[in-house]
Amino acid sequence: MNWDALFLSLKLAALVCTVLLLIGLPIAYWITFSSWRWKFIVEAIVALPLVLPPTVLGFYVLVATGQQSPLGRLYRSWSGHLLPFTFEGLALASVIYSLPFAVQPMVAAFSLVDRNLLNASAILGASRMRTFFRIVLPLSITGVVAGMVLSFAHTLGEFGVVLMVGGNIPGVTETISIAIYDDVQALNYSSANHSALVLLIFSFVVLSITYSLNRRMWGPWSLRRDGARSSAPAK
Amino acid sequence: MTLTVDIRRQLASFMLEANFSAPPGITILFGRSGSGKTTLLNCIAGLIAPDAGRIALGASVLFDADAKINLSAAQRSVGFLFQDLALFPHLTARQNVEYGLAKLPARERHRRSAAILDELRVGNLAQRKATEISGGEMQRVALARSLVTDPAMLLLDEPLAALDAITKSAIIEDLRAWNAAHGIPIIYVTHSLEEAFAVGDGVVVVEAGKIIARGSPLEVLDAPRQETIAQLAGFENLFAATIAAVHEDLGTMVCALSGSALELEVPLTQTPPGAPLRVAIRAGDIMIATARPHEISARNIFRGTIAAMRTEGHRAIVIVEAGVKFEVRVTLGSRDDLHLQPGARVWLVIKTYSCHLVAG
Repeated sequence: MNWDALFLSLKLAALVCTVLLLIGLPIAYWITFSSWRWKFIVEAIVALPLVLPPTVLGFYVLVATGQQSPLGRLYRSWSGHLLPFTFEGLALASVIYSLPFAVQPMVAAFSLVDRNLLNASAILGASRMRTFFRIVLPLSITGVVAGMVLSFAHTLGEFGVVLMVGGNIPGVTETISIAIYDDVQALNYSSANHSALVLLIFSFVVLSITYSLNRRMWGPWSLRRDGARSSAPAK
Repeated sequence: MTLTVDIRRQLASFMLEANFSAPPGITILFGRSGSGKTTLLNCIAGLIAPDAGRIALGASVLFDADAKINLSAAQRSVGFLFQDLALFPHLTARQNVEYGLAKLPARERHRRSAAILDELRVGNLAQRKATEISGGEMQRVALARSLVTDPAMLLLDEPLAALDAITKSAIIEDLRAWNAAHGIPIIYVTHSLEEAFAVGDGVVVVEAGKIIARGSPLEVLDAPRQETIAQLAGFENLFAATIAAVHEDLGTMVCALSGSALELEVPLTQTPPGAPLRVAIRAGDIMIATARPHEISARNIFRGTIAAMRTEGHRAIVIVEAGVKFEVRVTLGSRDDLHLQPGARVWLVIKTYSCHLVAG
């Protein structure tokens, strides 16, 4: 059982989740509410990691942050080292890789918020920022939580991108999924079994807690929202 | 302060061209669904920008295409009651009401929200979630939310359409009481003929984006036949009348139709005896019989003679002279089975509740 790899994976997933919350919300908001005619291009770019093989994504991250690229050299002049084969590099690749898993549930939830509520908020003098934090976000919290859970789980389970960008450096970039692969390659089935079991139980518990919270906190609430809709005056 | 609107905006199927002014008090914006009423309201509120024109409230310009002025909805100091009310479902009634008071200190917010909720008789609901409030009370909370900010004008987009007449008129009386102290222009959008006349001090009639009539309710009703409110609302029969008798215990009144000896039993309303009023009846709500019907619940049964007939699509339009001319719509099957033809003597049957009263 490789505890270092497990903790590294959890640390990576938590960091990626936090970053995705911070950049995912504004991206999702923009995708939902912008009327820019070329918006679909941005939507396609955000969704690309869903269809690209992880190796392709990893390859481009490697190239884009390597010492041949201006971006890579800029980062080196600022931090003293290059991104590939470091924890930060791994985090960057994971953020890109999990972006659609965070953004898409948020977009879905944002678009379900009744536009009239946004109009009402604007007429009552609220700025867009206030409308977002007081109306849009509370009414789409389930979507945001779903996005976070999905990107956490997705980061925990990723393999190809980690291998391409992170390599396999114990304590730095060796995540649990790669440790399991190594164990199996070395015919160390008992260690692989332990790691896999811990990962399985952990994922199950996290998902169960999320769904139960969902039901307790937001389930009845969303029911009531439906009730409100049906009792609203007919057009 | 008077609201003056003179705007144009291209819509999908027609051009919205509105030019009217609304003094303090309730102005009805009347028209059928899809006539452009809501778009017009959204333009006034600042949710949509017109293509051209000008909107001003007293001396302050809200929109002026030539001067490139377009205040945002938040800057217009407008109260807006949406058709679906748009109460924030995750907030309590009080939080909803206080939403527009963010710039005030908490104590002042509480004081004002409590005062307006009490004034609109829903103070007891302050702590309830917006979604746990019942029909007529939701309208009151939404009204409180739009009034608490002391708006310079109030726009209502059929917010009471789903309510029964009694609940509706109680809310409107409370709104009138509030406006007696505030004196702001209130634009009230409706497609209901009775609402238009029960509520409005002035009526503006919109059809396909154009304003086709405006004035006091009675003036508008007496406009040329093709353009009347009653026509738009689908009331083909419209008669001037006076109240001849009131039966409060039965909930009915008897109306004498002007220019004839005909009397109709109609539902009881608040109209004082002697006041001028109109009786509106849909052509499809009148029945024709060739023999006098007996043992039938309808209260208005009288003789007439078919003066003219024509067909429109799969319906026969029958004009019956019975002291006044009634337009009646029947199916082609009814026409043929009853052998209806000009000159035939027939009985007309009208239920009391098919007679809609509009008072001036």
